[in-house]
Amino acid sequence: MKTETQNPYNANMARRAFLRYAGASTAVAGIMAMQSCSKDNSAYEEDGSGGGSGTVDVGSGDTGILNYAYALEQLEAAFYIQVVNSFAADFTSDERALFTDIRDHEVSHREFFKAALGSGAIKGLTPDFSKIDFSSRTSVLNAAKTFEDLGVAAYDGVAAKIQNPDYLVIAGKIVSVEARHAAVISNIRSQGSFVDTDQVDGSTGLNITLGPTKVVAAANLYLKTKISAKSFNF
Amino acid sequence: MNLFNIIEDIEKIDPELGDRINPRRNVIKNMASFGSKVAVAALPFAFSTLLKKAYGQTLPTSVVEVLNYALTLEYLEAEFYNQGRAQANLIPAADKSAYFDKISRDENNHVTFLQKALGSSATPKSAFTFDLTANGTFADVLTNYDTFLKVSVAFEDTGVRAYKGQVTALQSVPDILTAAVSIHAVEARHAAIARYVLNKKLNLGLKPWIVSTTTGNDTGIAAVNGNYEGEDNVSQGGVDLTKLPATGTSTSKASVTAAFDEPLTKNATLALLVGSFIKPKS
Repeated sequence: MKTETQNPYNANMARRAFLRYAGASTAVAGIMAMQSCSKDNSAYEEDGSGGGSGTVDVGSGDTGILNYAYALEQLEAAFYIQVVNSFAADFTSDERALFTDIRDHEVSHREFFKAALGSGAIKGLTPDFSKIDFSSRTSVLNAAKTFEDLGVAAYDGVAAKIQNPDYLVIAGKIVSVEARHAAVISNIRSQGSFVDTDQVDGSTGLNITLGPTKVVAAANLYLKTKISAKSFNF
Repeated sequence: MNLFNIIEDIEKIDPELGDRINPRRNVIKNMASFGSKVAVAALPFAFSTLLKKAYGQTLPTSVVEVLNYALTLEYLEAEFYNQGRAQANLIPAADKSAYFDKISRDENNHVTFLQKALGSSATPKSAFTFDLTANGTFADVLTNYDTFLKVSVAFEDTGVRAYKGQVTALQSVPDILTAAVSIHAVEARHAAIARYVLNKKLNLGLKPWIVSTTTGNDTGIAAVNGNYEGEDNVSQGGVDLTKLPATGTSTSKASVTAAFDEPLTKNATLALLVGSFIKPKS
């Protein structure tokens, strides 16, 4: 902290101060415009070291965490858009309504992060859903459970690294909706499954959390544009 | 739960942690042998023991307050499900085994977890009397399954909001923040299921998520309007979600309010519960 006040010309620190200041004013949308004033303004990089050329790194600090969330929301939104565009024949009308709602929520999350990150946002990611049979209700439910449980574990796992309190609250607002999705999808897939041992620790009642290393590996199974989160090495 | 990360995290906030746990810091630096000898299942207990050792009575007062507040809410929820499950002919057997045995297990686990984290600072359950009817507002809550489900929905949705309202108060204790957001997610899982079961029973058109149109409250239970106040917010971090690019009805008020759950302050939550469901003993 002393460094920050004593070295006001340090670009990274100045950027962090900007982030804090902007957070306090609650104008998230304007943050990235300000950030672009700094010399090091690329919130993401594409390089060949993270798993093939074209890998998109989410960046560092709070911006990195927002981009990390943005990447996951892009994946979820793309998945549900495809599910709803070509529903497996044996989905009931109630299930279709739920999936359509979830699609809309994930699109909202995706568009929120895109707008909030502005010029600091990573690019649009191309998914790879070749492992999912969209004509099979079972295949779709399995994938949906994977994505929702992964999302909840990812948000919970990274929450304590978020510096800006406003971002932390917004992450909280989203993760509980992801948890609602996760519970309902899991219960449709197998009645009575919503807090199973792969979702909730049966001895503490705490949701399972995952750090970015495991989350990125899991997400990349469904992404043609690979992502990395090198600043979040846990 | 990664014990090594936890120690590192606490040390970032409190560089003297090692000294607090044991003046001989190498005991902590040699955590590898500790970790390998402690069964994974015992880690949460070992962790809370460690925390207690580290902070003892000096766990920041603000954190103790937040955890005791959470503990009070968990006492209420655990009491509600324990009593509900004990009533003959209240919860149908199929719903009990599929849903409420599990929800009850989690709530009781939350109580235990918070008590361990708080150690001797934990407020005992005996400090409160719980009135599950809320002074008669839900008089048949333990005899009428519909009422039981409605109160369950209100408790779970309120629990989600209450935890969310405390996250910024826990930023100085990252390990506790992670635990709190993880409990918060489990409350949200419960909330979705309680809503799902209530809707299946009464066909109310109730979704597993909170859909706000005119007011925040979508449950049709007027007595809990206050529990949903503010859920109709459509703006996040200065971004109006109804004006973003749309797919389907993603920019409708119904959808954007469902896509983001809202927090509730401690004072607002306590005002809703204390004096009705929760009565401190004098």
